[in-house]
Order: sequence, then C-alpha cells, then structure tokens
Amino acid sequence: MSNTSKQSGSLRRYILTRIALAVPMVLILLILVFVMMRVAPGDPISSSQGGKLNATELAARRHAAGFDAPLYQQFWDYLKSVVTLNFGTTFSDRRSVRDIIIENGGATLTLTAGALVFAAVIGIPVGLLAGRYRDRPVDVLSRLASTISYASPVFVTAPLLMLAFGTTSGQASPLIQLNVPTQTHILIVDAALDGDWDAVTDILQHLLLPSIALGLLIVGVFIRMIRINLIQSLQGDYIEAARARGVRERHVVARHGFRNALVPVITVLGLQVAMLLGGAVLTEKIFNWPGIGRQLIDYINQRDYVAVQGIVTVFALVVVVISLLIDFVNALIDPRVRY
Amino acid sequence: MATTTLPTGPIEPDATPAAGTAASSRFGGLRRITTAVREAHGVPKFMLWTGAVITALFVITAVFAPLIAPYSFDTYRAGGTNFPKQGSPDGDHWFGTTVQSLDVLSRTIYGARTALEVMVLAVIFSLILGVLLGLVSGYFGGWLDRILVLVMDALFAFPYLLLAIVAGFVFSGVSGGGVVTAALSITVVYIPQYYRVVRASALSAREATFVEAARAMGAKPSVVIRKYLFGNVIQSVPVITTMNAADAIGTLAGLGFLGLGIQPTEAAEWGYDLERAIDDVNAGMWWTTLYPGLAMVIAILGFTLLGEGLNDVLNPTMRRRRLGKVLLPDHTRRRTVTASALPEAPGATEGEAVK
Repeated sequence: MSNTSKQSGSLRRYILTRIALAVPMVLILLILVFVMMRVAPGDPISSSQGGKLNATELAARRHAAGFDAPLYQQFWDYLKSVVTLNFGTTFSDRRSVRDIIIENGGATLTLTAGALVFAAVIGIPVGLLAGRYRDRPVDVLSRLASTISYASPVFVTAPLLMLAFGTTSGQASPLIQLNVPTQTHILIVDAALDGDWDAVTDILQHLLLPSIALGLLIVGVFIRMIRINLIQSLQGDYIEAARARGVRERHVVARHGFRNALVPVITVLGLQVAMLLGGAVLTEKIFNWPGIGRQLIDYINQRDYVAVQGIVTVFALVVVVISLLIDFVNALIDPRVRY
Repeated sequence: MATTTLPTGPIEPDATPAAGTAASSRFGGLRRITTAVREAHGVPKFMLWTGAVITALFVITAVFAPLIAPYSFDTYRAGGTNFPKQGSPDGDHWFGTTVQSLDVLSRTIYGARTALEVMVLAVIFSLILGVLLGLVSGYFGGWLDRILVLVMDALFAFPYLLLAIVAGFVFSGVSGGGVVTAALSITVVYIPQYYRVVRASALSAREATFVEAARAMGAKPSVVIRKYLFGNVIQSVPVITTMNAADAIGTLAGLGFLGLGIQPTEAAEWGYDLERAIDDVNAGMWWTTLYPGLAMVIAILGFTLLGEGLNDVLNPTMRRRRLGKVLLPDHTRRRTVTASALPEAPGATEGEAVK
C-alpha cells in the first residue's frame, strides 16, 4: 500500500519536474523563432507590401500591425498571442493562424498518422527479423533497404511512386466532392461519422501514396532501432538465464527478446515526430495535400511573416508537447526512467 | 600494417591490438580511427568501402563537371537550333530534356557540383562553430554553458527541415539565393549536433587525469583546449560529419524544392529540377525526375554508407573485432595458413567477439 503510493508519488514528481523543465525550453524556442523572424532586414510589412503601397500607407500599416513598437513590446505581444493560442493574424488573407491550424491540422494529422502506420507495419517485423538473424542475408538486405530509404528524400520517392502507381492507385483522380458536415475538421473522421463510406474509401485511396512516401522516410530508422534493441536485449543476462533454464529458443526470442526490444519504439516514435513534420511539409506540397505544411509554403512564398512565425511556433510547440508525452509514457512503462 | 609475418590473403591479419593501442597513444585521435578502419571486416567494411567509392565518384563528377557534362547547366541550344522541349532520351540527349529545353544529363552532373559546394561550406561552417562552442561550453561550464545548452537543445528539438526552411526564408531576404546563403541555412541545423557531441566529450575529457596534470602544471585554458581536449574530442566528429554531409545534400534539395534554395539562374540544383519535374510526372514523363533523383539518392547513399561504416567501425559497442589467427610456430608452417584462409580453417582460433 505504502509502496504503491510512493511509486505514484515519484511518477507525479517526475512529470511535474519534466513539465517545469519544458517551460524554459519553450521560452527559448519562442525567443529563437522571434529572433529569427527579426533578423531579416526591414519589417514584414515593407517586404510583403513594398512596391504596392506608398511610404505613408506603409507607415500606417506598420503602425497598425505594431511593427514600429520597440522589440520588447513586440516580443510581449508575440508571447501573449502564443499564450492565448491565437498566434497572430496573417497579412495576406487576414486569417487567424489558429483557424489555419484548426482547418488544415486535420489533414496533416491524417497524413502523419498514415505514415506512422506504414512505418510500423513494415519496420517492426523487418527490424525484429534483422536483429534475430544478425549478419545473415535478411539482415544485410534489410540494412541495405533501410539505408536506401533513409537516403531517399520524399521528393524523390514520391514522384517515383506516382510514376509507378499513379494511375492504378487513383491518386491522379481528384477527390470526390465531399458533402459531409464538418465536425472534427479531420476529413476522414467527418466522413466516417456521417456514414459516407464511399468518401472514406476515396480519402484512404488518396492517402495511400502520400503515407507511403512519408513513411519510407522514417521506416529505416524504425528498422535500425528495433534491430539494435533486439541485438542488445538478446545479449542480456536474463536471456542467458532463460536459455540455461532450457526454455526453447523460439520462446526465448519471442517472449524475452522481442518484448524488451519493442519498448524503446515509443521513444523512437517521439524522435521521429520532428522528422515527420518536416517531411510532411514536402509531402503535402508534392501531393497537394491540404495540410498545414502546404499552407506554410504558400505563406512563405507570399513572404507573410506573421503566418510563417505563427505556423512555425505551432510546429515547435507540437514537438515539445509530444516529446513530453513520450517521456510520460516511458516513465509509466519503465520505472527506471523516474529515477 | 603488420603483414610482414604473413602473406596477403583473403583475410589479412590485422594490426595486433597491442600495436594499435601503442600507436594511438603516441599519435593521438586520428591514428585510432585509421587503425579501426584497417581492422574493419564484414558488413561494416563493405559499407565503408562502397561509401568511399561512391563518395569519390561524386566528388570527381562535381569537380570535373564542365569536362564531363556535354553542355552547360543553362544551355538550351546548340548549333543554331534549340533543344527539344521535354524531349525523351535519345542519342543527342542521353537523359532527355526538360520543359525549359535544358539537357537533363548536364544538369544532373552540374547538380553534383552545386551539392558539393554547398555541402562543403555547410559542413565547414557548422564544424567550426559547433566544435568551438562545444569545447568552450564543455570546458568552462558556468552560465554560458547553461544558456548554450538550452539554445542548442531548442534548436535540436526543432524539426530540422523546418529550421532550414525558416533560416532559408530569413537568409534569402538578407543575402539572396546563392551558394553561401544555402550553406548558411543548412549550417543552422547542424551546429547543435557537433555542439552536443563535442561538449559531452569535452566534459568527460576535462576530468581526465592528463588534463588535470596539465592544469596543475599551469597550462592556460587555451593551451589545454588546443593541446589536450581537441585531439580527444575530434575523434567523435568524422561520423557526424559524413552523416551531416549526406543530410546536407537532402536538405539543400528540400530547400530548392520549396523554392528557398539556390536561384535557378546561379547553378543547377537537384531539388529545383525535381520540383519542375512534378508536372512532368503527372504527364507520365519519367526522365526529368528519375535521373536527378537517382543521382541525389546515390550521392546521399554514398555518404550515409561511409558514415555508417565508420560508426560501426569506431563505435566500440557496435564493433565486432575479428580475432587474428594465432600461429603456432611448432605445428603450423606459413604456407598452410595461406592455403587455408577460410575462417573454418583448422589450427586457427576462430570466433568473433561480440562487443
């Protein structure tokens, strides 16, 4: 009884410490984003509207947007916009960045989830096989494959996938017109809630190639990480002990090896989120996927500083929050993590 | 290499461990790396050498691009006639032509040159900054160290492509879209990697007895860093450098793909070409995508294999050292060893040390 309360106490303490440590991290990230956005010469207004407006109008716009205020004032405003989860309003089309996130976030979420599913379905079995049969042909082949997949950027694999499967996968055909009520802003969930299964199938068809393209980016890391984990856990003393007890080799590998090799997958997942988000930007552009990444590229091309700053801030926060969550899950699973 | 006692066979006897450690203690960090490379075998050896060959080919292509490529990267006409637009590969244009009537083969070859230029610059920039900051931060500690750690951790947590995009976005506003701008955008991404590794090894080296001895004898911090820390710390760098070189090619192309990289008028760049080729893909034209894409994947693969091979060879937890054959002079003559070079050969100690 006292033991369990002590344990949950240490877990709570761990989580609180971890959150407390994340606060300066977030602050530094925000400062970084802010500074990077201010390194550019001139100000957002003149670089996006320069040439279109005359000097007095520019000055008026600058004043209205607060870009003539001292830097600390601007930073304070930026902090406020982050705390209120508003993230500012874009110049070019006067959208709140929050709306962009809500409306386009679902598509990015769907895409990254699809990529993760693909990476896990392919990566976990292959990684386990490679680790089990270390230095045998299956290991060498899988290492080669994972190295090649790691070496292939999304914008190479995606067009090649399109060339190979574009006509058969229904990728080329436009999405059918969807008349589903918006509830979650995640198209596929909305369609499912509406019971429109044709729409769900169509979305899944369109999701297939982008997910594979993005998933290939991280599947190599999956394979490698699981392989190494399995090799290391198969060297553990408890494996030897199990063998010494006469447990059959198949059971040793499956029960004692695989399980312990799979726990770190959660950590791998967390580390890959940053990579996935970066890759999602490219994938969304290639496949015209209506996610946040494509919005970011559009705003970059319009040199819309507020939009870029807001979207980048959201991406950074997402990464921090997910790494926090991963740490919590790890602490729950593995008591050693909580000191 | 201690080959004097044995003739060269399929399995070369490696430098004995004793000789290796003696040499490394005398000649410092880099010697330890070359010894480890010579001791490589099996898959790591294969990766190392395949990577090295591909990398060498890539560098040669890049350096001699004007001699190898049939046309310049921005040539669209020769002999008074324009090149065909989106022409499929034929005798005149082995890799076909693009929508702008440019020769794909030439652009692919010149793309290697651009990639190499940017990569070298980016690696040098981030190496200098990262190693310097890491050394100073790790050796002196204090508030500077704490702030730097926070900043670097924040940069590290950032999605790296996004970081390069933001940097490219900002720098392209400052200094235009040249090779240096692209290299700078990529540098920002890689500084934290060098910083972390170098700081960690500087931290542990600082506590080492020989550093303490140097300090006790009154060596100034700059001397300690230069003479004692640097050599120890620098060993961890080659693996990161090759991996970063691989990454830099991809990141540069990613920036180019998004229109944030090198201006198309300045040089041929694979990412830009691939972006232009997306429309061709929808029309079923494969050559504008396949060739630059393949070139890029091969180049990245070369550096990745080199880096992975180095990592397997240098990282003691991954290393599987091949045990050298022990010759028993009384029973075995040299000739028999030459004949039975297989691992299963009798009379030789066989086994692989894991770890």
